[in-house]
Amino acid sequence: MTTATEFQPKLLGIACNWCCYGGADLCGVSRFQYAPYIRLLRVMCSGRVDFSHIFRAFAGGLDGVFVGGCHINDCHYVTQGNYDAYALFQTCRRILEHIGLDPERLRLEWVSAGEGVRFAEIMNDYGARMRKRGPLGKAEGLDDAELRLRLQAVLRIVPYLRLVQAQRLQAPARTEEDCYRYFRTETFDRLCRELVLDVVTSSRILLELGAGPLPAAALSERLGLGPSDLARHLKRSANLGLVRYDMNRGGYWAA
Amino acid sequence: MNGTADGGRRGDVLVVGGGISGIQAALDLATSGYRVFLVEKSPTIGGKMAQLDKTFPTNDCSMCIESPKFIECDRHPNIEILTCTEVERVEGEPGDFHVTLVRKPRYVRADRCSGCTTCVSYCPVQVPDPFNRHLSMSKAIHIYFAQAIPLVPYIDDRCLYLRERKCRICEAVCEKNAIDFNQRPERVEVTVGAVVLCPGYEVFDPRLRGDYGYGRFANVVTSLDFERLLCATGPHEGEILRPSDGRRPHRIAWIHCVGSRQVLPGGNSYCSAVCCSYTQKQVILAKDHDPDVRCAIFHNDIRSYGKDFERFYRRAEQLPGVRFIRGYASVGGEIPETRNVTIRYATNDQGVREEEFDLVVLSVGLQPPPDARRLAETFGIELEGHGFCRTDQRDPTRTSRPGIFVGGAFQGPLDIPESVFTAGAAGARCGELLARRRGRLARERVYPPERDVSGEEPRVGVYVCRCGANIGRVVDVPSTVRYALTLPDVVHAEESVFICSTEAAQKLATSIREKGLNRVVVAACTPRTHEPLFRDTLREAGINQYFFDMANIREHCSWVHSREKERATRKARDIIRMSVARARRLESLPEYRLPVNKKALVLGAGLAGMTAALGIAGQGHEVHLVEREAELGGMARRLRRTLEGLDVQALVRDLAGRVYRNPSIHVHAEAVVLNATGYVGDFRTTVKSRGRVLELRHGVTVIATGADEYRPTEYLYGTDERVLTQLELEQRIAGGDPRVDACRALVMIQCVGCRDAERTYCARICCSHAVKNAIEIKERNPKTAVYILFRDMRTYGFREDAYYEACDRGVHFVRYEPENGPRVEAVEEEGRPVLRVTVADPILGHPLAIDADLLVLSAAVAPAAGTRDVGRLFKVTTNADGFFQEAHVKLRPVDFAAEGVFLCGMAHYPKHIAEAIGQAVGAAGRAVTLLSQDTVVASGSVCTVRESDCVACGACIAACTYGAVEFCETPHGRAARVNPVLCKGDGLCNTKCPTGAISLHHYSDEHILGQIGALASEPETAASRGTTTASAHVDRP
Repeated sequence: MTTATEFQPKLLGIACNWCCYGGADLCGVSRFQYAPYIRLLRVMCSGRVDFSHIFRAFAGGLDGVFVGGCHINDCHYVTQGNYDAYALFQTCRRILEHIGLDPERLRLEWVSAGEGVRFAEIMNDYGARMRKRGPLGKAEGLDDAELRLRLQAVLRIVPYLRLVQAQRLQAPARTEEDCYRYFRTETFDRLCRELVLDVVTSSRILLELGAGPLPAAALSERLGLGPSDLARHLKRSANLGLVRYDMNRGGYWAA
Repeated sequence: MNGTADGGRRGDVLVVGGGISGIQAALDLATSGYRVFLVEKSPTIGGKMAQLDKTFPTNDCSMCIESPKFIECDRHPNIEILTCTEVERVEGEPGDFHVTLVRKPRYVRADRCSGCTTCVSYCPVQVPDPFNRHLSMSKAIHIYFAQAIPLVPYIDDRCLYLRERKCRICEAVCEKNAIDFNQRPERVEVTVGAVVLCPGYEVFDPRLRGDYGYGRFANVVTSLDFERLLCATGPHEGEILRPSDGRRPHRIAWIHCVGSRQVLPGGNSYCSAVCCSYTQKQVILAKDHDPDVRCAIFHNDIRSYGKDFERFYRRAEQLPGVRFIRGYASVGGEIPETRNVTIRYATNDQGVREEEFDLVVLSVGLQPPPDARRLAETFGIELEGHGFCRTDQRDPTRTSRPGIFVGGAFQGPLDIPESVFTAGAAGARCGELLARRRGRLARERVYPPERDVSGEEPRVGVYVCRCGANIGRVVDVPSTVRYALTLPDVVHAEESVFICSTEAAQKLATSIREKGLNRVVVAACTPRTHEPLFRDTLREAGINQYFFDMANIREHCSWVHSREKERATRKARDIIRMSVARARRLESLPEYRLPVNKKALVLGAGLAGMTAALGIAGQGHEVHLVEREAELGGMARRLRRTLEGLDVQALVRDLAGRVYRNPSIHVHAEAVVLNATGYVGDFRTTVKSRGRVLELRHGVTVIATGADEYRPTEYLYGTDERVLTQLELEQRIAGGDPRVDACRALVMIQCVGCRDAERTYCARICCSHAVKNAIEIKERNPKTAVYILFRDMRTYGFREDAYYEACDRGVHFVRYEPENGPRVEAVEEEGRPVLRVTVADPILGHPLAIDADLLVLSAAVAPAAGTRDVGRLFKVTTNADGFFQEAHVKLRPVDFAAEGVFLCGMAHYPKHIAEAIGQAVGAAGRAVTLLSQDTVVASGSVCTVRESDCVACGACIAACTYGAVEFCETPHGRAARVNPVLCKGDGLCNTKCPTGAISLHHYSDEHILGQIGALASEPETAASRGTTTASAHVDRP
């Protein structure tokens, strides 16, 4: 029995037309039951899913985002967009973790149009986990304003994220094994850290400074960054001409 | 309409049988401009395929892939479906057949029935459900299955009223007055120019011989029964429960070749061709349902001869708890306490054993349809010895009566893709016969002109379907309709019982016009099946079809949350809110109509290529036939005759002669393709032939580039001239080489270069080829000792009879295991040089040494050398074995995923001559279906580039492997540009574009983010926005 006061997660699902959406249909046809948390949105290919979709959903307060595509090498299109979906998922999960959100809130699964029961199983499992996890932000100990800022920091660099994602964060070869292996490598970790996570932090700094100058100590506290990490970010941003230090006023300014 | 002056209703083609082959023939013919009567004796189209759970070797859901074809048939303006109908008489001649049909009473008027099934729930008579093979109960009035076309119940003759004149409850509860017990059989006269017979097959009934306990032991079922047990729409919603006690079986046995390969009274001598693979499928699925189930498969030869079958076999074989046991098995008896069934079987090493199983599945074979004799008499056609349709080896679609063609399993045991392309081929033959009258009786849909709504504010109409009780029982529909009216831009909302019924669709069109709607949301079932229907309705209503969105509140809501009405209702509201948010932002999109160049290019002039070229030319289109060699004929030039006795050289000469004499066929011999560009309807291929370079323009491409014979490196081939391949042996026989006749002993080794680590597939034809040559040698010199060393003899279908013949003639068949294969050495025996072949004989249990004068290797068929290059040129792909990959293994076997490119012959996979010809005619038929159109339509959901935002980074170009995006020079510099014809609308490029300059119509970020925003936000209401005119047209149901 569920009570009205119990937390009910609100989840978005983005499913590709040819496989996962079909699997969800078959699940319905077969009358497999699952918890009613998810609302599905149909795209033609899971490769259509973008940073903006995922982070706008979180920014809108949704508690989880599910992406469903065709099994690897079963893509309806010769473009094999599910490899791209997988790469995007890997990057997004790291971003979520980086900004203090549970990366499990983003889930990706391959569901064929014949896997109705699997769709139900995934939905039940995902739903239960998200219910246990609790509301977005609150469960992670973030207040609304802080959550918004953190997501904002990601959303404002989406064009940049698309660029590095397409150019630098793809698996070297489109085979199932290579793909899965690559995203567990040190190389990917490093690239992701340097090209994405650091930039998210810089973006956050710029957001903070957008409201007015801040001394390093205040920035350090707000961002939860140690002095050396903060110095690294500030230096990088200063080199890019994005921030400057105002000696007179003793704080950092957005340039 | 009956009995009009011209002798009845006029059509072009009568298609008999509404299974997958009949459906395919009807669709191809109707689309290429012929009017078709599709006649089916059961209450719905669909045939056997509808009863299958999944299909091998992909395990695709059978109904899911077939049912969209039902709807396509149903809505095709050139197809008239006549169910519950049989053919009584056929008179006349090709071009003018007079056919008398008899429509049996359904007792339900299709024109009135809404498919609500209230009658079914009230019917008091429980009857075993024929669709579920009598494993579950249904009612005397019922719909045959949920996707039936027409979706109208029928009344079974077990109805109380029909038997005893009692009851009539259905009549009382039907709000539409659709029940009509006064219906009587009705004769319908039609005239047609040609007939396609697709009556399909029947499964073998093991009850007849009674030796497997079927019908006596509850837990012995046939493989078709087991399909229903596996299926989610089956008797136990996809749970495998055994019939005796409804418990889950933990040990399941399959017995192969039940009713096949049996030279006994009541059995069939031929091999049914599909059972090995479907059994493997059932094993895989059973393990999938219950990983702990233990499976035993008692088999003879495993015949995994088709494309991707061998890998499928390996997959089944390697599952844990699965045993493939080679040996003869019989059902022992039933254990009274447990009703378990014992199987007695003999193996080479363990002798006779008896083992107990919870459930036994009989892998029953295929046999001719039960009314084959009557059909033969009615249509005046001959049957072959097994009772299937007699066909011509040179053209398996031809029956003995001109103008009557045959497709599908009535030709003999065939699997689904073969049924599909042979049916397409039969249709194509009708097309050739009737080419002059194409389009005369055909109807085109006429739509009203499209209203320009670009200056209007969005005016959204929301239609919420109850789907009978399917949605209405769970989702509170009235409150949902009220809710929809509060959403921004929604000016009208109403509910419907079945929005998809023909009647409701008409009302929807009227309502769109009357309310002046310019966006429509239908909240009902899935867009994957029903979006085309409603888009069509929008066109009927005079607005652009892309102003439509479907909110899936059935599959994704009421059916999966059926116990949580309140939350399901909330979810339905959310789904509708998202859908409205999307609909408000939708734009009018043009579909691209591209002119079709009416010429075809056929690449490869072997038997398949020549046949395809003649087929296309025979329907009035010009063909460029491009061949690498100087002479036409390809691989067939090296063959003398087929197993069935067809003179191959005469066939090659005949086809080549007809090709050269045909003024519409332009032969380009000694030609290579230098370049290929373009797309469906407008391909441009540069060909160099005999020193001349030509640019050929064509609307379709048929790839028939054949295959090569593998050149063995094993068994002394190439170093000892007494070692030959089967093709070389055949050429020597043809050349009357005395060394062949003088041969004292000849050994053939099967599976050379295939079914191994490098080539995992089975080359399909070599077993029959070996048997053919063995018989030939025995005919010429019965004293020659012939040994065939094999792994599994794969003489599938009627070729099995030749296998028996070879045995009868004294050919020795010796089975070997690959890990203990034959060894060959050249030695001298009593002063005579011989090839000593040593092989471990598993039956004898010790090695067998044969001194042979000739060693013949059944060398694999390998993909033709240039296959990958051809693939790259025409943007088509190959499978893991290097053969070309068709668009869909089952239902689009001669199409490529790239539109306008077709495939036939050995380029697809090794195959026998008759099969290659059948497939080539089928490919020609598919090609003509396209060529007969003046234009092809491409979806409007394609990408577009805002050039001012494009930074020419090329990310989109790199992402698009369709080559749809290219750079172009604009006044503002370089920018990407999309060729809408090549764009397939996956939208991958959108996620690569840093500036958002490229955008996929219909799935743009605006649409997607609009939906996400609608879901995330507190409900936007019209009141809060205050922008629309909702109050003006608030209609409540």
